[in-house]
Amino acid sequence: MNKIMTTTEPTSERIKKYLLEGKRFDKRGLFDFREIKIEKNVSKKAEGSVRVKIGKTEVIVGIKLDVAAPYPDSPDKGNLMVSADMLPLSSPRFELGPPKFESIELGRVTDRGIRESGFIDFEKLCIKKGEKVWTVFVDIYSINDDGNLMDAAAMGAIAALRLARIPKYDEETGKVIYGEYENESLPLKEDSPVSISIHKIGNSFVVDPTREEEDLSECRVTLTTYEGAISSMQKSESEALTIDEIKKIFDISEETSKKILKEIEKKIK
Amino acid sequence: MTAKFKRSDGREFDELRPIEAKVGVVPNADGSAMYKSGDTIAIAAVYGPRKMHPQHQQNPSKGQLRCDYNMISFSVSERIRPGKNRRSTEISEITKWALEPVLLLGMYPNQVVDIFIDIIQADAGTRCAGINAASLALAHAGIPMKEMVSSIAVGKLDKTLVTDLTKEEEDYEGGEGPTDIPISMTHDGKITHMQLDGKIGVEQLKDAVDLAKEACEKIYEIQKKALKDAIDMGNGEKK
Repeated sequence: MNKIMTTTEPTSERIKKYLLEGKRFDKRGLFDFREIKIEKNVSKKAEGSVRVKIGKTEVIVGIKLDVAAPYPDSPDKGNLMVSADMLPLSSPRFELGPPKFESIELGRVTDRGIRESGFIDFEKLCIKKGEKVWTVFVDIYSINDDGNLMDAAAMGAIAALRLARIPKYDEETGKVIYGEYENESLPLKEDSPVSISIHKIGNSFVVDPTREEEDLSECRVTLTTYEGAISSMQKSESEALTIDEIKKIFDISEETSKKILKEIEKKIK
Repeated sequence: MTAKFKRSDGREFDELRPIEAKVGVVPNADGSAMYKSGDTIAIAAVYGPRKMHPQHQQNPSKGQLRCDYNMISFSVSERIRPGKNRRSTEISEITKWALEPVLLLGMYPNQVVDIFIDIIQADAGTRCAGINAASLALAHAGIPMKEMVSSIAVGKLDKTLVTDLTKEEEDYEGGEGPTDIPISMTHDGKITHMQLDGKIGVEQLKDAVDLAKEACEKIYEIQKKALKDAIDMGNGEKK
């Protein structure tokens, strides 16, 4: 029963061999996602929340709002805080304790995906310039890790932001009245950013790896596409890519992100 | 009991909130469960028995139980900072005490059974929901157990005993105020966990324990059903 889940050598060989033939264990194409499910409002106490499932991978994402002072360099803009917690509940690999690099990166890449796209109009989150602005907390929790938490987290963050409403704020007492809403959603643009991670396994590229596949990933490139352009990107791991390879990754991202965006938009409507 | 207290959600004094229970909610885990009571939702996952790390904590005479109770940041109105705090540390330990007596850990020397409990949405009674979910997850994981553990908060609002307090009731300020008594017991009526905050006379406290026993009986049936529902009879039909 003492199982540490890592992909075994023979399985790894087989996965790589299959990928070269354009095949995967679950019969998906190399650039196909598993089934995506989005369940809305999973926590009543959040200003907006969702459960996202990609195959067996599951995350919940919740939005909380609070009033705080703005950062000195952006006195008329709201704040965004994205954090991700890889719960020990969700995988035998995750341990208790201070956040490990993986969860910090998960939060930060998701943060930049949202922030850099300009999807949130931060100026509209200003209550009083230099004094009071809304802080938007996006909290991501893994519930089951079967690979590709990265894209699940980004999808969840966008969907939860779409659902979030701004609570009432009492200017006199300076207190947020949670549970009561102005019926106002967050100032978001019409288009949604979408993040796709492309993994290099052996000499093949795939999207949406399962846990077994992700174990073999030599390099992950996460690209956020917004309004048809790339707005943020992160290449992870120390595997070098050739120029041809990185260009191929851009193409895969462009094609896949269109498909996934449509699917997500349909699901959060 | 004197004047009956009227509950804002219209429940009888001994009526539980609607309960949902389901096992197998975390496929990665060796056992897992979701327990929902009204607006309180807990999920629990069991990993193990597995080798105890760090090694110096290994016990060669028996296996050990480790519990972690955690409220996710958006489970309550005012965001909680992620991570451990004094409250969650205490509840983690209490959960362990509540469950350990029913586990047969003697057959797992040097090993540990880990239980992780996460509260997705909180409306009072989260530790009880957590214990109920954990008990289910342990059974689902196939850890040898003598009994199930069921848990409920009974309480006193002004002068009336009630079962299964909501947050609104916990914050009740009229009359003698609220008394909150979370209790966990095994199916054969042994109390493995009990706490109390408030003010209550001894006789009434005895009644409260009896009230908790009745409630735990109902919860036990729901737990049993959740486990039975997950059993695949091999012919594709679930029984």
